[in-house]
Amino acid sequence: MKFIDNLKNGLLKENPTFVQLLGMCPTLAVTTTASDAMAMGLATTTVLISSNFVISLLRKFIPSKIRIPSYIVIVAGFVTLIDIFMHAYAIDLYRSLGLFIPLIVVNCLILGRAESFASKNNPIDSIVDGIGMGLGFTWALTLLGIVRELLGAGSIFGVQIFGEAFKPAIIMILPPGAFLALGILIGLFNWIKSRKTTRV
Amino acid sequence: MSIGGLFVILISAMLVNNFVLSRFLGICPFLGVSKQVETAFGMGMAVTFVMTLSSIITYIVYHTILVRLEIEFLQTLAFILIIASLVQLVEMFIQKMSPTLYQALGVYLPLITTNCAVLGLAIINIQEDYNLIETIVHSLGASIGFSLAIVLFAGIRERLALADVPESLKGFPIALITAGLMSIAFLGFTGLV
Repeated sequence: MKFIDNLKNGLLKENPTFVQLLGMCPTLAVTTTASDAMAMGLATTTVLISSNFVISLLRKFIPSKIRIPSYIVIVAGFVTLIDIFMHAYAIDLYRSLGLFIPLIVVNCLILGRAESFASKNNPIDSIVDGIGMGLGFTWALTLLGIVRELLGAGSIFGVQIFGEAFKPAIIMILPPGAFLALGILIGLFNWIKSRKTTRV
Repeated sequence: MSIGGLFVILISAMLVNNFVLSRFLGICPFLGVSKQVETAFGMGMAVTFVMTLSSIITYIVYHTILVRLEIEFLQTLAFILIIASLVQLVEMFIQKMSPTLYQALGVYLPLITTNCAVLGLAIINIQEDYNLIETIVHSLGASIGFSLAIVLFAGIRERLALADVPESLKGFPIALITAGLMSIAFLGFTGLV
């Protein structure tokens, strides 16, 4: 049961994007299309699972005084791996995500989980936590990507949804659209949550 | 590179490609430390200082060590370590040299390590293949742009705290929507350069 709780924690109750508001930079920057958003989410998830696992294995050896620099080095190592891997096998994605692949290093979500979960729990729990948090991040990003792509280009994952008559609202795929869409989505999330609590 | 070219770099980094509002770098401090104009100003100053210094050092390290040894792929790792240790050094240095400045900036300094604007700036400088002078000018422009955005945003938020906002939009969501409107305003600078 603990596994399921750990998983659910990241997906809903402590969703990194909608509840904890961590990792805002990539959330806003790469969600112009649903596929970019999902790729970014999955790349971050991979780094998060690997770094959670390694940090949790080494948690008894890392002196607490230099723990933050050690975590950063571990995370940066995995990010470099992902960076090289995407450059080799997914060049289009690599070009469209661009700067934000190396910037996974400074995603507060990853360091936050390292500090608050992986450094205190065993490797298996840490992997589960990484999966939960990572997928929570991924679905939030994908949702935002879908909303923005649908309104801004009339398509989802590159497939046209609306007919010729639809005039896309370009603003949604420009920078302001990211702020507006995320603000309204978080507001919606809060509203649904408050309705649930009042009903109970 | 002429003076005119440098001026174009400065203006475009400051207004057209504003780091916060159009490149989405440094969103965490932008949303986190913008409740009061005074603290926002302190954060802006601290970031300006660290960003300019770190981009100079990363430039030198990249061209004298990484390129020479052909280990450019270690860029991310090297840069984040440089930034983290630089922030520590700057903190200790300011503490010794100027306690008043330390009191003003102190709280914000450790936060800067995880500010993606600093690492992002260092990487952009390398990608754009700027020389040392262009790097310095670009960093100055970017950090002034960051300070400008965060101070303006804090000014709006101070008023917003008194406004009557729907319950579920309170706090973060309304701040994001405000940032969106500011970002629309900054879109007006497109075409300036």
